[in-house]
Amino acid sequence: MFAIEAIGISKSYRFKKQEVKALHDINLQILQSELFGLIGPDGSGKTSLIRILNTLLLADSGTGSVDGLDIVKDFEAIRRRVGYMPGRFSLYTDLTVEENLQFFASVFNTTIKENYSLIKSIYQQIEPFKHRRAGQLSGGMKQKLALSCALIHRPSVLFLDEPTTGVDAVSRKEFWDMLKELQANEITILVSTPYMDEAAICDRVALIQDGSLFKVDKPTQIVDDFTPKLFGIRTKEMFRLIEDLKSWNSVHSCFAFGDSCHVIFKDLNNEVAACKTYLMAKQHQDIEIFQIKAGIEDCFMYLMKKSA
Amino acid sequence: MPENYLIEVNNLTKRFGAFTAVDSISFNVRQGEIFGFLGANGAGKTTAIKMLSGLLTPSSGDAKVIGFDVKTHAEKIKKNIGYMSQRFSLYEDLTVFENMRFYGGIYGLRSIEINTKAEEILNVLNLLNERNILVKSLPLGWKQKLAFSISILHNPPLVFLDEPTGGVDPITRREFWELIMEAANRGTTLFVTTHYMDEAEYCNRVSIMVDGKIEALGTPLELRQQMGVTNMEAVFLSLARKSSRSEL
Amino acid sequence: MMKQFWIFVKKEWLHILRDRRTLLILFGMPIAQILIFGFALSNEVKNSKIAVLDHANDDVSRKLIERIEASKYFEITKILYNDSDIDPAFKQGAIRLALVLPASMSEDLHHQNDLRVQLISDASDPNVGTTLVNYMSSIINDYQNELIALNKLPFTIKPEVRMIYNPQLKAAYNFVPGVMAMVLLLICSLMTSIAIVREKEMGTMEVLLVSPLKPALVVISKTIPYLVLSFINICSILLLSYFVLNVPVKGNLFLLLAEGILFIITSLSLGMFVSSIAATQTAAMFGTLVGLFMPTLMFSGFMFPVDNMPIPLQWLSNVIPSKWFFNIVKAIMIKGLGFSAIWKETLILFGMTCMLFIISIRKFDKRLSL
Repeated sequence: MFAIEAIGISKSYRFKKQEVKALHDINLQILQSELFGLIGPDGSGKTSLIRILNTLLLADSGTGSVDGLDIVKDFEAIRRRVGYMPGRFSLYTDLTVEENLQFFASVFNTTIKENYSLIKSIYQQIEPFKHRRAGQLSGGMKQKLALSCALIHRPSVLFLDEPTTGVDAVSRKEFWDMLKELQANEITILVSTPYMDEAAICDRVALIQDGSLFKVDKPTQIVDDFTPKLFGIRTKEMFRLIEDLKSWNSVHSCFAFGDSCHVIFKDLNNEVAACKTYLMAKQHQDIEIFQIKAGIEDCFMYLMKKSA
Repeated sequence: MPENYLIEVNNLTKRFGAFTAVDSISFNVRQGEIFGFLGANGAGKTTAIKMLSGLLTPSSGDAKVIGFDVKTHAEKIKKNIGYMSQRFSLYEDLTVFENMRFYGGIYGLRSIEINTKAEEILNVLNLLNERNILVKSLPLGWKQKLAFSISILHNPPLVFLDEPTGGVDPITRREFWELIMEAANRGTTLFVTTHYMDEAEYCNRVSIMVDGKIEALGTPLELRQQMGVTNMEAVFLSLARKSSRSEL
Repeated sequence: MMKQFWIFVKKEWLHILRDRRTLLILFGMPIAQILIFGFALSNEVKNSKIAVLDHANDDVSRKLIERIEASKYFEITKILYNDSDIDPAFKQGAIRLALVLPASMSEDLHHQNDLRVQLISDASDPNVGTTLVNYMSSIINDYQNELIALNKLPFTIKPEVRMIYNPQLKAAYNFVPGVMAMVLLLICSLMTSIAIVREKEMGTMEVLLVSPLKPALVVISKTIPYLVLSFINICSILLLSYFVLNVPVKGNLFLLLAEGILFIITSLSLGMFVSSIAATQTAAMFGTLVGLFMPTLMFSGFMFPVDNMPIPLQWLSNVIPSKWFFNIVKAIMIKGLGFSAIWKETLILFGMTCMLFIISIRKFDKRLSL
């Protein structure tokens, strides 16, 4: 049995008399205790998919299950056993940290004490401020409180919608470490994020764009499946380098990537030498060209370009 | 003056009661530079930007932006800079062209200028067919590119960009940065904040704020070499971890 | 289930108690309204400027004028000599009422036992217009009774009242029932709808929906604190009207309170209904003000008498719950009538409440619409 399963789920909205497809024929199987990443930019359909799976929205077509329960018929049973953290901060800002946690505990008919062991390592970090109102917490602490509230009833499946958006790199890292720890408690976690670099921490990821999944696999496998040769190119002038590479018809794609450009060439023999000659003719200095291993973001962009 | 500085900051400080949000920071930004202004949430970035754009009065220290003192000539500064943030960018219920006309009008551009500029921008952004559709029906990445183009409509010498690429897909994000680099190439100075550490690499120089102070300042290469690491993310993490404030 | 319900109610109390400013408005508003309505109205009637056109100019008429001048309600600022002066005096805005005494006044009094005095009142503000006419009539009646006692003659002075600018005016002086209907509607509908929609806006509703809680329970438990607050407000309005404005409850107090609770539930259901449609707090506020508050002001009979409205508007007024509540309160409080006199209104209000309650609970979705 899968912890979460989606079979042929589609959803569209009406916007100004136009049909906008939010999700198109989504098929997904997530295993028990898996940390599963749903990776894609804003507007790619991540939120819609999460809301359909946690019974907040009805799909136009297709079926699905959570913990073996049907997402339409058994919505009440599902709601008893899942935890959910929506994209925006969704706690009561005028209640204190402790009041929020207590409230959500009683909503799920439990007490803080009963499941304290599960949230202990997270909640301990904010416990010194338990009498402070939630609205006055810093971004990272709000996040920890929201996660504690979503976990207070020991859910078997946890849905997290963009928990790290707008959060700085340090807090983001801490948050993922917490998720990793939670896995040990046999909780299935479906988490969405627009940050490609977070994919590597997940057991498996689904890459989503414009309402379609274009890859579902282990992050390492996705990277291994990346067939084209990828080159990193560096010269003294980054901007001119991008322009020159883009205007060269031997280049399939060229994206800035930190301090270098990641380039895929069209059928080109002896790429390095050819490229070096080209760039030297364009008067570039300190040219470095080296083959590199692709990352998730490279794969995403490659697949995105291919599907467009 | 050996170099042409567009921003000069000397011991700039902002206190809110007993809390020092920005603690005596000093740095300069050269003309035509892409300056990355990094820091964890709550490190004091937003407060610093508000002071530099004339929205907040500093408690002490001074700062000159495009030659004007932030304490005495805030209005002059506002008139001559561009500003774009993730939150406030465009009017969603106006069309692409109406937004351009509105912002062009605010900065006192004449209709003819606005029209030619608009054509130019629509051309560059590949939005010619979208000129009369409402901004809210554009994908986020397009909106952000459009917002940036509009923020430099009046050719400001300096533009503040506050987390301009949050949530944008990776390809559009890079297209956005190409717009930034192009603007810098034309001589515009750009002051950028971001949570994407790979974007920090595209900056000419980067400063990292921790607990209200600037803990590191230099080119990405210098900073990586100083810290002995291979990427900006590692630089940022090792500095920001020293923070005692994030758990405030 | 009950335990969750009370936890929810407790949370709602915390929201209300922590928002000091709203709390102040909740309790301050009814008090301020009663005092403002009460005193603004009675102040205006004192020392009203009037004009007198004395065609008789004899002993009887002069004595009446003296009597009028001695009262604290009127101040004679103009003596007129011609019928044609009356209209300009009103148009200048110098007077609110003109008293015309016929030349034959004392003759009529002695020979015909019947006297006609004309009162012309500015009824552009109908409440003030009626009040002035009533005061003037009572002064004239007093004078008449005195004459009767003095001369033992069966005289009657009949003031002939002519209202100008709003000739068919009906009295609508009893603002206490009106304020009560308005305050309850505002607190219950506006506050509950805002409180519910705030959860939608903050995203907490999303989390609550993905929980074992029944949506109906979420909504109903949010209304409980407002029910209590509104009941306190009814009591404070009644106390104020008794002690400050000297308007006692003539009928049965418990009946009045029971009807009050019924109307509170009506208003709460209206608030729930608004919140099931509105997506933002602004929309909820606008919805209650325009959709509920304005109709109450216009059609409940509080500001404008319903009987004077065109027939279609009179029909429309029948669907406004506050109209029925307003009539009920007037009947109990002012006229001192019992349940037998208002059972019909109560039944209508009860029916409306049940309908609204069921519709709004049903409308409350167990999923997101988008």
